[in-house]
Amino acid sequence: MDLKKHYLVGVFDDDDVLLKAIPKVRESGIKIEDVYTPFPVHGIEEKLGYKRSKMSVAAFVFGLCGTSFAIWMQTWMLGFDWPMIIGGKNFISAPPFVPVTFELTVLIGSLGMVGTFMVIAGLKPWAKPRIFDLRSTDDKHVMAIDLGANKSDEGEIKRIIESTGASEIYRKDFED
Amino acid sequence: MSVVVSSVRTPLITGRKTMHDVSEDICRYVERPPSKSWMVAITISLLTLGFGVYCLYRTLWDGIGVWGLNKTVGWAWDITNFVWWVGIGHAGTLISAILLLFRQKWRMSINRAAEAMTIFAVICAATFPLIHMGRLWLGLYWVLPLPNTFGSLWVNFNSPLLWDVFAITTYFTVSLVFWYLGLIPDFATIRDRATVKWRKTFYSALSFGWTGKARDWNHYETVALVLAGLATPLVLSVHTIVSFDFATSVIPGWHTTIFPPYFVAGAIFSGFAMVLTLLLITRRVFHLENYITLYHIELMNIIIIVTGSIVGIAYITELFMAWYSGVEAEWYAFRNRALGPYWWAYFSMMTCNVVSPQLFWFKKIRRSIVSTFILSIIVNIGMWFERFVIIVTSLHRDYLPSSWAMFTPTLYDVGDFLLTMGFFFTAFLLFAKFFPVINIAEIKTILKSDSEKS
Repeated sequence: MDLKKHYLVGVFDDDDVLLKAIPKVRESGIKIEDVYTPFPVHGIEEKLGYKRSKMSVAAFVFGLCGTSFAIWMQTWMLGFDWPMIIGGKNFISAPPFVPVTFELTVLIGSLGMVGTFMVIAGLKPWAKPRIFDLRSTDDKHVMAIDLGANKSDEGEIKRIIESTGASEIYRKDFED
Repeated sequence: MSVVVSSVRTPLITGRKTMHDVSEDICRYVERPPSKSWMVAITISLLTLGFGVYCLYRTLWDGIGVWGLNKTVGWAWDITNFVWWVGIGHAGTLISAILLLFRQKWRMSINRAAEAMTIFAVICAATFPLIHMGRLWLGLYWVLPLPNTFGSLWVNFNSPLLWDVFAITTYFTVSLVFWYLGLIPDFATIRDRATVKWRKTFYSALSFGWTGKARDWNHYETVALVLAGLATPLVLSVHTIVSFDFATSVIPGWHTTIFPPYFVAGAIFSGFAMVLTLLLITRRVFHLENYITLYHIELMNIIIIVTGSIVGIAYITELFMAWYSGVEAEWYAFRNRALGPYWWAYFSMMTCNVVSPQLFWFKKIRRSIVSTFILSIIVNIGMWFERFVIIVTSLHRDYLPSSWAMFTPTLYDVGDFLLTMGFFFTAFLLFAKFFPVINIAEIKTILKSDSEKS
């Protein structure tokens, strides 16, 4: 059995050419695995058919956890577990609890969101990423096409990518 | 290459750079062996740090009695340094978060270094309250809400000092995460350029396996935007809460409602001054004149005029209110500030913070590197004096004339300040050597629209 993965790598010099190329490639029925760019290219997610990132939802949910945890913590500690008389004030009073509640909302909201992002994107110090072209973090945009996931043959795909303005196209195989 | 050239906008990147030039210009200094000037600078910083560590050791061993504090002036250099450092940190978050929300593209050349400065400044700031608690190791444990079975009662959530703990911790953590997130794609650039094995391994680990997938960028940009949205109220809250340390007390000279906005403006003011001090040197040493242009410097100087003027108005409002309120103790505190034994500190503050930034109204001064550098240092001296004036002059003459006293700093007051100075510059130099000082990926996004064309 063939355990190798076969890819066709299209290299683009310019992001505007790339943005025009993606719909053309997709219209001809070719599945793009992903596009690797050195900087965030605006509008690329739409062209690739990716949905708007839901990271803000993660931030909201985690933030809400932070808010409720902070309110519960302060109320329970000072109001129920060990009430202390401080300047003759109420055991539980809202205004002094605002700063800590706000800070914990921000802290848990942002850490939760970034954590979610790292898990989804598989970011970790020991990650061994599949790098198609070393120049994709410098000045080239790289379109990777998994030959195993496409029905068209290699020559056909190559011809289509070439017609969209890629500066280089080559084949790259990975062991796993 | 299809390009959009604007004849109206001032170019943010000069020198007709290509994408590859950007990677090259910024990574070059990471990849080269350190220069002689860098070695000299880090030696000086490490020596300062070493002296500071000795003073810290004496402070911890003998107790904070080695400081010049007395029973009347119970807060002086320590809290002055704390507020000063936290304030300096604010510019980094303003540049990276608030200017991101306002879509200010000029922030991209300076945000990385400014955020690094924020992180190091907050570490320096946090040192002082920790030392002031006397026993550092217990200090860390006293401020956390730990159960009574650990030996102490729950912390007091009504206290501004505890709000400070939460504010500073959150601020430090969120800034660090924000900064590191921005660094990930640039570490990947260095990793993919690496020719030596150790560098490849080192930056591979730091880059967390980033590849620049469109799918990841999609999430990444949302994460950065939401973090900016969260960091914006956060940065405003931090110095507000720091000002509560004073404003919620009933000491004349401290008990004013103007403190939060006044402290925040002062923080941004001093922070921008420190950003300028650091960047003017970095720009020259690393030859980044095409990325940090005179236009960037001018824009930062404009922020200094705005915030400096807000600070000036705040000083005058404060003074007016002290008289207008009719509270005798309050009015005395302010008269004593300006005309009492600490008049020299008050006038240093007024000159450095109110008068000197007004010089930036002149375009020539605003666009001159030398005058900007000198004024940036003057502003930082002025802002240090501001905190000293607020803290010491309000305390040294309290309600009982028999306990009036003056504050004299000892070697350990100075030494503990030098500790943070040494740490700050050592950390910044290490950052400048091993990390990309400019956000490479972000600069590339504006290269087409905002750079100088042939």
